Amino acid sequence: MMDARRKANLGALLIAAALVLAPVVVGMSFGNAWVRILDFAVLYVMLALGLNIVVGFAGLLDLGYIAFYAVGAYLYALLASPHFGLHWPIWAILPLGALVAGLFGVLLGAPTLRLRGDYLAIVTLGFGEIIRIFLNNLNAPINITNGPKGIARIDSLAIAGKPLAKGIEVFGFTIPGLYLYYYLFVALALGIVFVTIRLQDSRIGRAWVAIREDEVAAKACGIDTRNVKLLAFAMGASFGGVAGGLFAGFQEFVSPESFGLMESIMVLCMVVIGGMGHIPGVIFGGVLLAVLPEVFRHTAAPMQQWAFGKVVLDPESLRMLLFGIALIAVMLYRPAGLWPDPRHRRELAARR
Amino acid sequence: MTVLLEARGVGKRFGGVQALKDVSLTINAGEIYGLIGPNGAGKTTFFNVLTGLYARDAGEIHFAGSPLPLGEPHRVAAAGIARTFQNIRLFANMTARENVMVGRHARTRAGVIGAVLRDGRTRGEEAAIRRRADELLHYVGIADRADDLARHLSYGDQRRLEIARALASEPKLLALDEPAAGMNATETAALRVLIEGLRADGATVLLIEHDVKLVMGLCDRVAVLDYGEKIAEDVPAAVQKNAAVVEAYLGGSLG
Amino acid sequence: MPFFFSSSLAPQAAPSGGGVYHRAVDILLQQIFNGLTLGSIYALVALGYTMVYGIMGLINFAHGEVVMVGALSAVAVMKPLADSGLPGPVILLIALLVAVVVCMCLGFSIERIAYRPLRGAPRLAPLITAIGVSIVLQQLAMLAWGRNYHAVPTLLPAGSHEVFGAQVTELQVIILVVAAVTMAGLMLLVNRTRLGRAMRATAENPAIAGLMGVDVNRIIATTFVIGSALAALAGVLVSANYGIAHYHMGFMLGLKAFTAAVLGGIGNLPGAMLGGVLLGLIEALGAGYIGDLTGGFLGSHYQDVFAFFVLIVVLVFRPSGLMGEKVSERA
Repeated sequence: MMDARRKANLGALLIAAALVLAPVVVGMSFGNAWVRILDFAVLYVMLALGLNIVVGFAGLLDLGYIAFYAVGAYLYALLASPHFGLHWPIWAILPLGALVAGLFGVLLGAPTLRLRGDYLAIVTLGFGEIIRIFLNNLNAPINITNGPKGIARIDSLAIAGKPLAKGIEVFGFTIPGLYLYYYLFVALALGIVFVTIRLQDSRIGRAWVAIREDEVAAKACGIDTRNVKLLAFAMGASFGGVAGGLFAGFQEFVSPESFGLMESIMVLCMVVIGGMGHIPGVIFGGVLLAVLPEVFRHTAAPMQQWAFGKVVLDPESLRMLLFGIALIAVMLYRPAGLWPDPRHRRELAARR
Repeated sequence: MTVLLEARGVGKRFGGVQALKDVSLTINAGEIYGLIGPNGAGKTTFFNVLTGLYARDAGEIHFAGSPLPLGEPHRVAAAGIARTFQNIRLFANMTARENVMVGRHARTRAGVIGAVLRDGRTRGEEAAIRRRADELLHYVGIADRADDLARHLSYGDQRRLEIARALASEPKLLALDEPAAGMNATETAALRVLIEGLRADGATVLLIEHDVKLVMGLCDRVAVLDYGEKIAEDVPAAVQKNAAVVEAYLGGSLG
Repeated sequence: MPFFFSSSLAPQAAPSGGGVYHRAVDILLQQIFNGLTLGSIYALVALGYTMVYGIMGLINFAHGEVVMVGALSAVAVMKPLADSGLPGPVILLIALLVAVVVCMCLGFSIERIAYRPLRGAPRLAPLITAIGVSIVLQQLAMLAWGRNYHAVPTLLPAGSHEVFGAQVTELQVIILVVAAVTMAGLMLLVNRTRLGRAMRATAENPAIAGLMGVDVNRIIATTFVIGSALAALAGVLVSANYGIAHYHMGFMLGLKAFTAAVLGGIGNLPGAMLGGVLLGLIEALGAGYIGDLTGGFLGSHYQDVFAFFVLIVVLVFRPSGLMGEKVSERA
């Protein structure tokens, strides 16, 4: 029998191995298209972790979170594409993206965080829509965002001048670009996980839970609830900004279409369905909701062909339909998520 | 006798209701001061105004020589007034220890950077918070429940926990809102011992209570509110005999 | 995809006997009429939001989709009947009836399936469920009626009259009248009937109302059903006004109607009506003048932003809305 310490170490080793080998396994079994999907999944996990700070830790419902993703993405697009002719390096843009997104978070949060839960939700939704509308229309009289056409030919992510997309040669093996993107994203995602875990178990993390539990009592304990909530908002926003920058450099194209309400809701689903406030649950939710739709896309059509002889339900709407049903079902039967923090489950279940 | 808290002409209205009118009282350091009155007299409203939950409409409050910040509970807590609530407000899904640790928030400083880096100073601070929380749990007598969720504590233990949490912020004034509510005679006696112990250890206590025996036996001085106005402020024995007080409670003379 | 309700309120020139002329007052009046029409529709939908919020403390995110279902059901009925030779208004009435029945059933089911089990849960849960319901309804509507815009058969006289230089269509007048009559009827119901009293009591304090003999569950269900009926009516009016119905039309409309409800004071019925009309006016006038106001920097496609700005401003500076009571917290 192993003691707890060695078990934990073995677990960590297994996870590390799985993380390193994942793209290889996926690539060999299913092809490069699926490695690309895996890359997107990691981006979504980053978003889910960021939103988790806002919704899961501090209990603030943000329905416009994707706006911060958009800010990060467009900032990257503006600073590293032919649009303005700027070609800044990744190590300059990403931190700037985090900062600018965080700033937007503060701007949005400052006047609105004192609102009650459902009002805050609607206001953040409105904010998300405002951002999208501006992105869609700021192409006249001065062309900032290039409107609905979006910005294309964005510089792909490059480290030390070498674009990741080209892959690298190591000991005679070629590691394809898609794999490199994956490792970059995972590295940053792990960074976010690390920060989140540290925050959870700290004075600030306790303050967030206190606010979530009973804001009045939290204030009486000396917690400046306004600033502490703003902190959650700003941190979540900044992680979204980083993910956005990576997205732009990965896809090499951004347009307002990628940043709508549905995307905000999707990220929210990842947190809610995965396990609100529970980091492993959120990661699980992120991977699940990033990968499942793709699975559908590839199987729903052929399956329907086989069953009915034709495609009755367009896979895209099938995905959305199932999302909606999943949201309702999870709220009714497992309100703390599919993989909740053992404590949180009791919290949400007890209040019925 | 140094004056710790001085309220002058405090007023508060809600729409058409004047909940507090020209309330002035003085609390001396080291005493146990009772605030009593019939239901609806404005006692909890005064508490809420004092601790910044409501913004007062009129009057001033001076605490430890400085005016109290208006309407910002966390700054009042930082200034040194800690409170408990009439309808216990614990963080139900945190453990007892964690509840008390949150109480230390105003006296500690670690922020995001400290949380992420877990440098020596932050680690030291966290350990100190934890130690202090355990001490306080022991002080109020629920050390054996430290790891239980606040939700699962018995009613009496929850009240004690709330006091422990309030004590965690090293308050100069401890404001207890009906701490004996719902307690039987044994529990009330134990509570009395606890509060007297607090006074012996140098704390000043402001107490709202309905349990007349507890108030009369425990408090050094008592103020009586009725319909938002203060109608008496004196030692318990004198207040008990005050005609206006008797009338307020009983609605007229006896016999 | 183009937004429903966007850019459709750009000022229209008023032709009058040759040549197009452009007078500020005419535009003002025109936009006022447009705004009033739009506002009445917002008001009808806002009433649904505000009633449900007043009685359950829940923002029924799915309400906009109920409007959409009403519109599409009505159109689905109108199309086959349009060729049948029945007079236009009759077809419209039949379609309206169908829409109302469909929506009432829908509202009832939503409340029963998705909201009732969550009555005691923390705020987050029913809100998320509502989002889920909204998504499900949209997708089902898309499956049932397709992605295309559906043209609404013209069943009502399409004439228009000139009033002080502005074009007012007969349709707009009908919308205004119908909306006004309906709202008056609702106020009568709420203020003068036993049912209305029970609704108001439940909104004040469900526990006490229950103790007084009110069947709280039934009242809540009834509130939902009434709100859905209003939504159906709004859906029919809106699609008649714009001539099209589409599975995505509920989203923006719902959001703006919610803004209207908040503007007027959520939970307050006359407030919802006032808020609706005001929001319609703000949008119409804003869309008409924003070009001039910002020197051409912002065009009328920013129209949707108005509603959101209004929402944020109201919630930040006066969360109780225009007619709501100032909410005080008792600790």
